[in-house]
Amino acid sequence: MNGLRAVLGRELYAYWTTPVAWLFLIVFLLLAGVCTFFLGDFFPRGQADLTAFFDFVPWLLLVLVPAASMRLWAEERRGGTFELLLTLPLTPLAAMLGKFLAAWLFVALALMLTFPLWLTVNYLGHADNGAILAAYLGSMLLGGALLAVGTCLSAATRNQVVAFMLSLVVGLAYLLSGAPQVQDALAPLLPPGVVQALFEFSMLAHFQHIARGVLDLGDVLFFVVTIAVWLGAGALLLKHVEAD
Amino acid sequence: MRERPARGAQGAIGNMIEAESLQRSFGARRAVRGLSLSVRPGQILGLLGPNGAGKTTTLRMLAGVLAPDAGVARIGGHDVQRQALAARRVLGYLPEGAPLYAEMSVHALLMFVARVRGLRRAHLAQRYESVVQALELENLLAQTIGTLSKGQRRRVGLAQAILHDPPALILDEPTDGLDPNQQASVRELLRGLARERAIIVSTHLLEDVPQLCNRLALLVQGRLLADTTPAEFVARSRYRGAVSFTAPAAGPVRAALGLLPEVDTVEIDALSGRVTVLPKSGRELLPKVQTLLASYQVRPRELVLEAGRMDDVFRSMTETDVAEAMP
Repeated sequence: MNGLRAVLGRELYAYWTTPVAWLFLIVFLLLAGVCTFFLGDFFPRGQADLTAFFDFVPWLLLVLVPAASMRLWAEERRGGTFELLLTLPLTPLAAMLGKFLAAWLFVALALMLTFPLWLTVNYLGHADNGAILAAYLGSMLLGGALLAVGTCLSAATRNQVVAFMLSLVVGLAYLLSGAPQVQDALAPLLPPGVVQALFEFSMLAHFQHIARGVLDLGDVLFFVVTIAVWLGAGALLLKHVEAD
Repeated sequence: MRERPARGAQGAIGNMIEAESLQRSFGARRAVRGLSLSVRPGQILGLLGPNGAGKTTTLRMLAGVLAPDAGVARIGGHDVQRQALAARRVLGYLPEGAPLYAEMSVHALLMFVARVRGLRRAHLAQRYESVVQALELENLLAQTIGTLSKGQRRRVGLAQAILHDPPALILDEPTDGLDPNQQASVRELLRGLARERAIIVSTHLLEDVPQLCNRLALLVQGRLLADTTPAEFVARSRYRGAVSFTAPAAGPVRAALGLLPEVDTVEIDALSGRVTVLPKSGRELLPKVQTLLASYQVRPRELVLEAGRMDDVFRSMTETDVAEAMP
């Protein structure tokens, strides 16, 4: 636990002392505003909900989470500090969890800073705050799952761009496997069982379910298990990665 | 995950750092070939070798950073691969180039390392103060590591390595980049630490070895060519027993010196004009040289009987062995 807490603290320190964190927050909030008010037709819809925002959350997280996770291990390997970490009494899982939790807290902060949107819909009408809360929870779980993918893949390379691209591609596959267009395209090519399995693995489908205000244990478990599997895989990978 | 118990608080016969037939290749290149050595508390082993000899690879395997292809490395009796956490708890390690988190302040880095190592508050306060003082970091604590000079970073790297007061230290070029005063103070610090600890330092500064180490290991092309004391190593030099001096108008005597039966070679430094007379193996030269100089009425300045030259042995052993290893 000492090691996990120490890594978590160090990572949070690193976020606030480098401009990347501030840039991430600014870009995320700007894009959230643009998507909600312009692309999502927030005002023309005339409804006091945040559907216009949460429809875009998966795609915002798809791009911005890999940007936050790409440096987690790749930077350690590039800068040589990975060698220092390898000689500290720290299990790979504790190191992986420490980095993941710090990044997840950071994603949580980014989502929390969209609170003016929530204030706006409550000012304009009678919003269903339970559904909005569920959608925020779903966004956190989706962000966590994408982050777990990115944290694991960041350990696979010392190149941050490669880490970003890998995370983006895997995240995109996770999201798109449940999209109706993809399901329709795959239906004639693959057995129905496989198409259904791909749908079950879709982060988008599980997120949309939660975002509608239906907090199903199965959806939550899907994200929790996805996070655990990718972090576990990352810890295994770390055991076999050597200092460059 | 539970780790298997160690063979004892220390390894075989009190060894704190042990390498047993370590081997490691990178592609087709064999970096370390069956290296075995052990270091006990009280010993500072200087690992010497030309560039590419396998020094850093050896240290990395000993520290558990690189897995060997074959062989075992132990720290405090713990296998660094199978009992990694136990081994890391008793090890302080300074990697090559002292890589550190550039965005952190010196204080934040030391606190991070202390927390990972689980140092308790009272012990930490005492160790922190002592380490900061010993490495003269008082004025750097608030400074960001990315803004430090090479020597300052090296001192911070050393500080994180010794903060938890480990019984085993592995330091890759600890004095590299330090000014002469800092080199002297780091050597003194390490000599003090070595009384109760086992230390391995890799260095390309030959002057580090006699001043810092009480053991020396020479690595060439991944093989251990010598494991001895600095004095014994220097004794292999062809300059052992050589007489050197400076003298004005020493031209005629130089030729006469070369004719003495005890003399192997007479060397003259082109820049300073200093004359060095090398003996044939096992011959005593000083009285003969002094007599001859007196007979030529030459008054030598700075007449020195040499104990040997480390760089001479280093060159002769590394060049010979590299040449022998060539296809």
